[in-house]
Amino acid sequence: MAQQMTMIQAITDAMRVEMERDETVLVFGEDVGKNGGVFRATDGLQKQFGEERCFDTPLAESAIGGLAIGLGLTGFRPVAEIQFFGFVFEMFDSIAAQASRMRYRSGGRYNSPIVFRSPFGGGVKTPELHADSLEGHVAQNPGLKVVIPSNPYDAKGLLIASIRDNDPVIFLEHMKLYRSFRGEVPEGDYTVPLGKANVVREGEDVTIVTYGAMVHTSLKAAEQIEQERGAKVEVIDLRTVHPFDIDTVVQSVQKTNRAIVVQEAQKSSGMAAEIMAQINEKAILHLEAPVLRVTAPDTVYAFSAIEDKWIPDSHRVAQAINKVLDF
Amino acid sequence: MGTKAPSQLKPIRTEKVETIQVLDAQGKVVSADLEPQLSDEQLREIMKRMVFTRVLDQRAISLNRQGRLGFYAPVSGQEGTMIGSQFALRKEDFILPSYRDIPQIVWHGLPLYQAFLYSRGHQTGGRIPENVNVLMPQIIIGAQIVQTTGVALGFKKKNEKRVAVTYIGDGGTSQGDFYEGINFAGVYQTPSVYVVQNNQYAISVPVEMQTNADTLAQKAVAAGIPGYQVDGMDVLAVYAVMSEVVEKARQGEGPALLECLTYRYGPHTMAGDDPTRYRTDKEQDEWEQNDPLVRFRKYLKAKDLWSDEDEEQTIEEAKEEIKKAVKKADETEEMTIPGLIDSMYETLPLPLEEQKAEFGKTEE
Repeated sequence: MAQQMTMIQAITDAMRVEMERDETVLVFGEDVGKNGGVFRATDGLQKQFGEERCFDTPLAESAIGGLAIGLGLTGFRPVAEIQFFGFVFEMFDSIAAQASRMRYRSGGRYNSPIVFRSPFGGGVKTPELHADSLEGHVAQNPGLKVVIPSNPYDAKGLLIASIRDNDPVIFLEHMKLYRSFRGEVPEGDYTVPLGKANVVREGEDVTIVTYGAMVHTSLKAAEQIEQERGAKVEVIDLRTVHPFDIDTVVQSVQKTNRAIVVQEAQKSSGMAAEIMAQINEKAILHLEAPVLRVTAPDTVYAFSAIEDKWIPDSHRVAQAINKVLDF
Repeated sequence: MGTKAPSQLKPIRTEKVETIQVLDAQGKVVSADLEPQLSDEQLREIMKRMVFTRVLDQRAISLNRQGRLGFYAPVSGQEGTMIGSQFALRKEDFILPSYRDIPQIVWHGLPLYQAFLYSRGHQTGGRIPENVNVLMPQIIIGAQIVQTTGVALGFKKKNEKRVAVTYIGDGGTSQGDFYEGINFAGVYQTPSVYVVQNNQYAISVPVEMQTNADTLAQKAVAAGIPGYQVDGMDVLAVYAVMSEVVEKARQGEGPALLECLTYRYGPHTMAGDDPTRYRTDKEQDEWEQNDPLVRFRKYLKAKDLWSDEDEEQTIEEAKEEIKKAVKKADETEEMTIPGLIDSMYETLPLPLEEQKAEFGKTEE
């Protein structure tokens, strides 16, 4: 049986399935208990599983991170919510210096089976430091995995896989995708494996590598290009952005000989740069045009006022596609 | 605009904090009601551990100077706090140490050779044996405080009668994590104890520069948990207070904060710190008059529980055990880059598989 669900419903469902299946799974964070989260991602969990398993914390992100690490050391699987990913800097020590290094520091004796869930992403008129795409910051820390779903089906399957993973996972939920569309989501238990990309649109002429909300922007551009000039664009949704599935990317590039990377984050030093570097290492002789990236500019996230101009749109993606096709 | 009368508002004040002491500097009992009921053998054991720890400190400093040990933070002067607090724990209690707290984790069961390996940056140092309940030493000041509350919350949720104990210095109480950790502990009433070893300096910065509060113990008040200030040079006072708060935590009565007043005789670490730049000889002499070993030795000698022969024998045993541990550390197989790569994830992602193969080749 499958149901039509929004992405946020699928996320709640994933936590419910795992809390039912495994009593060591705990969900906590600011406002996640009685209130069910500021986006209602944890709606009903406290009611169903009690205050012992779904609980509010005081308002302090660093201690939420420390709490997750300590609970992880005593046999629990913490799912800790960072209310908005722009607040992660307050928790950065726990993520980058503690949880990610636990396995290394203990020579494998201890681990941090933690999911840090957090909403992020632009286009919904949030205040400052709520919408920033900071996946590149966390991806640089060895020991972490970074997951960004683009649709309800993947969101549920990836979150279940993340909760079951024995290493820390940063699970980022694009706010604009929370309720913008519904998709088919199976009931109960299934996983979407971490580290595996998904070819969401097949094509022969150019490859777009992307993730999160930009999957939809890229698909729109791909349709436009096909209508305008008949070119077939392949779109790869990475799903796990770190460590990402370079094999699927290389296979695609070997077929299309052209690639662009689309991300909502700023241009420099982020995921796009890493993806381009790996394409360069593994497929440069297959390329017939430079790999381009479509990104936001290297500025602070322009919250609210001009965010719609700041975030890459399908027009800019289409321009980049034309550029590599015409090279 | 008229002139205003002087304000009648009275700010909140804490009561004057008393320093808890059992023995004075001459080893005389000053608070008989607090004197712990320990057997002769237990009292001798505490003395043995303090002497052993002093020898260990001297040997570690010397090994460091010879280049045979890595990072090391001296402990002499702090034995009363370190040994007295750990002695109050049960084996199942869990210690989250800072980098200076090697004696506590060794006495809690970490093999000494692993402490040496940790100091050298060898991963085997952190591979804590299954039946030893400690974490690897923390480098980031305050990170262990928030983790301790998490470990203790885990014990509480599993209905295990165990206590999580952590250590931090005076400087660490200025960190946000210190307040966040004890505040969460108050909210969740976790079985956790936070020991502040106030050795008067955070590297060179004196405790007066860390806070305008009269004591560090009173910081517990803001978190709504009990706080105590203890003479940290008095091993019996530390043990007495620690056993009480640990047992209360075990019985579900919640967390506590201890401030132990102490002093490190040596430098902050062996990496070039020179205490003469920020402390006076006079001050150091005054603290050495309060030495925890001298005081406790006098107490035991008055009870006829300790002799010069006992002291000599303990020193010799310590030297022998340290020698063996260094040998075992030296004989441990060297780390490799592929081995390091293996420790990053449970299952290696493809890019790391490739890097492992690449670095494996280089090493051959």
